[in-house]
Amino acid sequence: MNRREALSSVALLLGGTIVGAEAFLSGCTNTDKNIGAAGLNFSPNDISFLDEVGETIIPTTSTPGAKATQIGEFMQRIVADCYEPRDQQVFLDGMKKLEEASRKKNGKSFLSASAQERHDLLVDLDKEQKEYMSKKKPEDPSHYFRLMKELTLWGYFTSEIGATKALRYIAVPGKYEGCIPYTKGDRAWAT
Amino acid sequence: MPGDTININNRAKDQHSFDAIVIGSGISGGWAAKELCEHGLKTLILERGRNVVHLKDYPTATMNPWDFPHRGEMTRKFVDENPLITQAAGFDEGTAHFFIRDNDHPYVQEKPFEWIRGYQVGGKSLIWGRACPRWSHFEFTSPARYGYGIEWPITYDEIAPWYSHAERFAGICGNKDGLEAMPDGEYLPPFDFNCVETDFRYKLHHKYKDRFMVQGRWAQLTKPGEIHLQQGRARCEARDLCMRGCPFGGYFSSVSSTLPWAIKTGNLTIRPFSVVHSIIYDDKTGKASGVRIIDTNTHETIEYYAKIIFANASALNTNLILLNSTSQRFPNGLGNDNGLLGKYVCFQNYRGSVNGAVEGFQDKYYFGRRTAECMMANFRNLHKQDTDFVGGYMSFMGAWRERGAPEQSEEQIGASFKEAMTEPGGWHMYMYMQAETIPKEINQVSLSKDKKDQWGIPLLVMNVGYDDNDERLLKDFLTQGSEMFDSCGVKNITQHDNHWAPGRDIHEMGGCRMGKDPATSLLNKWNQLHHCKNVFVTDGACMASTGYGSPSILYMAFTARAANHAVEELKQGNL
Repeated sequence: MNRREALSSVALLLGGTIVGAEAFLSGCTNTDKNIGAAGLNFSPNDISFLDEVGETIIPTTSTPGAKATQIGEFMQRIVADCYEPRDQQVFLDGMKKLEEASRKKNGKSFLSASAQERHDLLVDLDKEQKEYMSKKKPEDPSHYFRLMKELTLWGYFTSEIGATKALRYIAVPGKYEGCIPYTKGDRAWAT
Repeated sequence: MPGDTININNRAKDQHSFDAIVIGSGISGGWAAKELCEHGLKTLILERGRNVVHLKDYPTATMNPWDFPHRGEMTRKFVDENPLITQAAGFDEGTAHFFIRDNDHPYVQEKPFEWIRGYQVGGKSLIWGRACPRWSHFEFTSPARYGYGIEWPITYDEIAPWYSHAERFAGICGNKDGLEAMPDGEYLPPFDFNCVETDFRYKLHHKYKDRFMVQGRWAQLTKPGEIHLQQGRARCEARDLCMRGCPFGGYFSSVSSTLPWAIKTGNLTIRPFSVVHSIIYDDKTGKASGVRIIDTNTHETIEYYAKIIFANASALNTNLILLNSTSQRFPNGLGNDNGLLGKYVCFQNYRGSVNGAVEGFQDKYYFGRRTAECMMANFRNLHKQDTDFVGGYMSFMGAWRERGAPEQSEEQIGASFKEAMTEPGGWHMYMYMQAETIPKEINQVSLSKDKKDQWGIPLLVMNVGYDDNDERLLKDFLTQGSEMFDSCGVKNITQHDNHWAPGRDIHEMGGCRMGKDPATSLLNKWNQLHHCKNVFVTDGACMASTGYGSPSILYMAFTARAANHAVEELKQGNL
């Protein structure tokens, strides 16, 4: 079975076409040009894109990474429901800017870049946002990558995986002990 | 048949008659109901909001962070529609159901005033901060001694046994520290200090002989006694999710404690959805005869009758009700012969905070989430006036360890960054003030002449602001706080003035103050209206000054004392 047939059979199983299938078949180039184009509706491709941005910031190690926590959906929900219109626009434009930066640095879309290429790109963008944030006037908007990084950290560490696997979470501690030994490597409390 | 009609009316009147009516079911209303019911009085509690039943109506109590669609954050739409209430301390996706919605309950701000309200059975006792230090004799005497207020009609020694009474039942944890400026009470075992706090308080006391950081005196059951178990409450499990309602009854609220206790006597009737319009005054008997309510669902006006009435609607709503209770005898509001009802409204000032970093202690951590904060008793203007402002401030403070140590990773993206973010980081100290403000005649609330709420009740108009004394006190707190931190080795110290409008403190008080002289006060030493003695006001409205100690446990003490006095006076036939 070739790739197209495989996708078609999955589509049949699901009773229709696979949204974003074109991206898989074409090596992502066509739809990736449309990253961020759906606005606050966020296309499935946008969600995949944000999943991978999140996964690059918080990758799978001995514990699951951000993608396993559906970080893309989380970002979508917070941006759409909670953000001020100005920050929404910064975020949506930022998705396009990140995609452009990927093409410029790596000559390919973010989704088609390797994990190392994605990592190196986001290291650059993180430096860029820090530089920008330290110099911006208080009334200026935040850098888009600052927003993506904040959302990733917040969403990951408050997710079930992040809180219970990457951190330690005890819903009902039962007692408070003020002073206990800490050994380097012990994980922090989630809450 | 005419006779039938009379019989029906009589029955209706009987069904609407009680020994006592309590307006409001929050911290003080719950206490009034408990005390009156225990003494055998058939008591009706009127609550403007919905019913809330312990355990049953805590929908978010056991939710994990990831169970909330926005992980605690409110949506932009909600914030835009509720710019006021979303500012309240502790307001989030887990507690929003215990606060009002802005548009349902308008008021008029002639000066900025953020009126935080929780309209349900239990009122704000479900969502309070729970700090319970006692006032000292300084707070009762300083206003008159230094000339910034009237003399309180009662002394610390008179209220002390009632503090004990309230503390034993509510369950307050704390340490007996022997401080004159923050007297000891009847305490359950205190919470632990963490390692940094232990170090800090030792250093602090060496540098400043008159300043003590002590463990929080807080309404948490660290070790429930028999009386708490009888209430169906259990130990605080250190979850620190109190404001969602506690499934263990680990903190005190009317809903977990006083109301179920009153219900058990068989003497309590709770009527939710009942906005009080006014207290009815009977010119013939010279007493209040009952309360007129509007059913919030049917908009029907209904009257209830009783021998005594307790006003516990929350400080400013009690003012509103009394101002709206007009009669031939009291055209300006019930008991308001001197025209001072609604005046001398005051509040506590929470504007200042100081923060800093603490080096070291990397091999120390804590277990569980403490539901109390450390406290520092006031050290200003105690035995003499020693600053350029009057009044004082106490402080809440503590140390905590950050989550995430990003500096441990060279890269701020990727695996090593993730690893660093899963470890605890540096330690921090914080401190914020709870300060006295001066009661002033110009700080007042009144009834709007033309604007009414959805039940036809006049809106409350707020004219309450800060003054220069508040600014001088704030400056002193910020300076002293920074100096204390600095002298104890705290680094990177920052000072902050949050510029809150009055009200966001949720410690508004006064307007119907107690006093010795009916010419300058509304209530006597038993919280009775001087001119209508079967009406008792024992919520924040009764306050003659604000002190700096947290007021809720004092309201409980005032209420229990007044209720017992009321029962005594009823027995004597004096009411």
